[in-house]
Amino acid sequence: MVPLSWYLIFAAGLFSVGLFGVLARKNAIGILMGIELMLNAVNVNLVAFWRYREPAGIAGQVFAVIVFAVAAAEVAVGLALFISIYRRRNTIAADQIDLMKW
Amino acid sequence: MTRETLIISLIPLPPLLAFFMIILFSNRNKALSHTIAVGAAFLSWLGSMVVCFWAIQTEHLGAEPFHFQIPWLPMGDTWLNIGVLVDPLSAITLFFVAWTVLMIFVYSIGYHNFGQPKGDHDRPGLPPHGATLSDVHGHKHTVPSIEPMYSRFFAFIGLFAFGMYLLVLSDNFLTLFVGWEVMGLCSYLLIGFWYGKPSARAAMIKAFLTTRVGDVFMLLGIAYLYSQLGTLSYRDVLYNAANLEKLASTSSYIVGLSAASLIGILLFIGTIGKSAQWPLHVWLPDAMEGPTPVSAMIHAATMVSAGVYMVIRAYPIMSAGMEHGHLTPPMIAMGIIGAFTALFAATIAVLQRDVKRVLAYSTISQLGYMIAALGIGGYVAAAFHLVTHAFFKANLFLGSGSVIHGMEHGVLHTGEHVDPQDMYNMGGLRRKMPVTFWTFLIGGLALSGFPLVTAGFWSKDEILADGFAHAPLVFIVLALAALLTAFYTARQITLVFLGEPRTKAAHHAVESKPTMTLPLVILAIFSVGFGWLGISEHFPLIGGLIPNFIHEFVGSTLLEMPEALPFSIVPLLTSLVVALGGLTLGWWVYQGIKAGVMDPVEKLLGPSISSLLKNKYYFDELYHFLFVRPANWIAVTFTSLWMDRIVIDGILHGVASLTGTLGHFFRNYIDKPIVNGSGDLVADSTKKLGGEFRTIQTGRIQQYMVLALVSIGVFSGFYYFVVPILRSFLFTMGR
Amino acid sequence: MVTSIQILFILVAIITLGCALMVVTASNLVHSALWLVAALFGVAIVFAILEAGFLAVVQVVIYIGAIAVLIIFAIMLTRRIAQDSGPRFNENWGWAVVIALVLFAALGWMLASQPVAHAPLAPMDARADPLRSLGLALVSINGYVLPFELASVLLLAALIGSIVVAWEKK
Repeated sequence: MVPLSWYLIFAAGLFSVGLFGVLARKNAIGILMGIELMLNAVNVNLVAFWRYREPAGIAGQVFAVIVFAVAAAEVAVGLALFISIYRRRNTIAADQIDLMKW
Repeated sequence: MTRETLIISLIPLPPLLAFFMIILFSNRNKALSHTIAVGAAFLSWLGSMVVCFWAIQTEHLGAEPFHFQIPWLPMGDTWLNIGVLVDPLSAITLFFVAWTVLMIFVYSIGYHNFGQPKGDHDRPGLPPHGATLSDVHGHKHTVPSIEPMYSRFFAFIGLFAFGMYLLVLSDNFLTLFVGWEVMGLCSYLLIGFWYGKPSARAAMIKAFLTTRVGDVFMLLGIAYLYSQLGTLSYRDVLYNAANLEKLASTSSYIVGLSAASLIGILLFIGTIGKSAQWPLHVWLPDAMEGPTPVSAMIHAATMVSAGVYMVIRAYPIMSAGMEHGHLTPPMIAMGIIGAFTALFAATIAVLQRDVKRVLAYSTISQLGYMIAALGIGGYVAAAFHLVTHAFFKANLFLGSGSVIHGMEHGVLHTGEHVDPQDMYNMGGLRRKMPVTFWTFLIGGLALSGFPLVTAGFWSKDEILADGFAHAPLVFIVLALAALLTAFYTARQITLVFLGEPRTKAAHHAVESKPTMTLPLVILAIFSVGFGWLGISEHFPLIGGLIPNFIHEFVGSTLLEMPEALPFSIVPLLTSLVVALGGLTLGWWVYQGIKAGVMDPVEKLLGPSISSLLKNKYYFDELYHFLFVRPANWIAVTFTSLWMDRIVIDGILHGVASLTGTLGHFFRNYIDKPIVNGSGDLVADSTKKLGGEFRTIQTGRIQQYMVLALVSIGVFSGFYYFVVPILRSFLFTMGR
Repeated sequence: MVTSIQILFILVAIITLGCALMVVTASNLVHSALWLVAALFGVAIVFAILEAGFLAVVQVVIYIGAIAVLIIFAIMLTRRIAQDSGPRFNENWGWAVVIALVLFAALGWMLASQPVAHAPLAPMDARADPLRSLGLALVSINGYVLPFELASVLLLAALIGSIVVAWEKK
């Protein structure tokens, strides 16, 4: 039997890696991929808790399903945005999209 | 208030109203102005005649005069009352004041050439110089022109009349002083009527300042009187034996003088100023700069008479403490100064060439007579002479004005440039100006004391009789003065009227208009007739035929009726000799004098004495050196230059520049750097800080996120780890 | 005593974490996307270990099949010929490392110290059908029909929105 803490640590690690990707990647799609890792880590956490605490209730899985849907939607919109930005500015490096600077 | 006091109260008002109305409304309209003025004088004259009539009818007017007073000035517990009073002295003064004022007003219409055209070059402030008219043939000739400041003149003499009426009718020393000062002001304004002339300006200031010296002492006297008795009403001061006794027995600040004597002397000094006695006589001859009606007004009818009236009124104070013929100090002073002035002025008059100057010195001399008479105890005589003098002196002055007018007509007609007032340019005017001649002759004879038919004889005789009875020295001096008076009067009449004209201007002189000659006639009538009211009982032949009205009437003003003098032939003979002798001598010396000849008296006296007399004993120069120059120095150098410009202006400029420096300092070293600087500093530092801070906003989201997460990490670490330590630390500390 | 499932789990976890690290550090973006696919696969296997079979399949189908593919499409569409590789980190990467490590440490420590983390596995009824109950829960009034419907609306909105955003105006 795998202790729950292992799953949680695994999820924390995945989340941290994803966070690193979000903060450090130049390319916007790289950032999006980091976000996906983070969402996956959340899902792992949810499912792990579902299995270890109350498998009869289905809330954990429902939550995970909703997260799937949201992630999909977000990726779609985000990529549409990136494409639109790429068309405009010919770049999707995040540190070059800085119109809101001082 | 009885009907008498009502009329009395109203008498001073018409001239005052005339003054205001002319000044405010009718200044442009000459006819309206003189109508208002003469109308006002007439109303006052009418009221005065009515009052005098009632006064004569009243028995014991001295004990129960027409009196009305109101409480006016609250002084703590008591009131100072003012009001009107007519007792015999005021009644008689009122009589001559009313007549002379009216005559002078009427005379002024003609004197200022009403009805004549406006002058060619006439300007207000200078005497009129004639208008050029051309007749049908193109002949040009110059005629006298109307005075440009015509209305102003009538306004001023209206105010003058008001002042005199107020003085005569008042019942207390305070309103007397008010009238006194009003007349002082008016004499200033009128002597300098032709203010464009520098000599007139100098004369007006001289007159005002000289009389002012006297007025200051008089005010001191009034104040001292008030402080002693607490009242200034005549009835309480002069007619109250207890008060007079108190004054006579209190000793004053000066050792040896009782309060009454000191007050008397102080009041007398006021008269010395106002009535031009020595040593304050210097203003009166210079006052001839004013128009002749003014001279008549000031020097006969009103102002100088006011001085004598005041001392006659204050006689009870002057004589308080007099025992058995011992004269009190004020009376001694009056006697000495009066007699001295009479002789002094008469000597100067002998050598004067200007027709008005002679009369001026004559006035000074005659006033000396009155004051000397009062000084030796001749109350009634002084009052009598006051009245008669007013009439004949006014007559003489107005007559001289008529003469000058005629001469000016001649000067303008011929174009000759001679002084129309110099007697040596006249002569033979009796044929050209007959009415003027006869009235002037009557006046001159009255002045000299021509026996029996002139008023001056009777009043002068009274004075000489008093002098002979009480003070022989005074008698001798006054007799000498009378001799000189007759002499210079005859000199004047001879030079002006008798003989042949000495210049072309005199040849072309014409008689003056009726507005001028009618007053002369009326005054001449009084100069003759008034004297018959005062014939002494003991006079040989005619004495006792008519009761001595003046003695009875005026004498009743005092608490004790002065006793009638015992008759003595010496003063009578002296006055006859002196008068007739002087007149004859004067006529004889000067008859037939031709033009250009030196004055015989001058030749007689020699150059040094003559120049002494002609320069009035150099008193003007002395006063100039003693008083005018130091005053000038104080004004110009001390006050204006040192105090005002150097000290005060220096302080002001110093303060101003100090303020400027301070302001500059504050502005540039405190305001700009500190105040502005701190404001700018705040703004600049905000900008700089903002500029520094805004670089945080890079527009890069990842940077924002990093910042946010780091901040959260730091704060959470602080909160979770540091705060509990601090809390436990504080907890242990709190124990 | 380390069971086989533990070993399996550790293996899968390490592989997944390694792939995730490669995702964020690959310089070539396509490589990065492919590493992502691998990582997602790993997570699917974790789901399977957790006996959430349906979710494992859904993970593969949706995440890998749709999302990762979509990401690769987007990479293709936004490529610049010469710029496939280049500096892949921005200037904050040091701070990002710090944050990630701190977060991992904090999360790990906090989660591991909770007593619930050491609770035993809850028993699951062998006859229970998680899939069936999931399906029922998603549509039952007493269940989660509302979030389900909302999620579908959200997907519709995202669909329309992305079409609108990426519409190329002519």
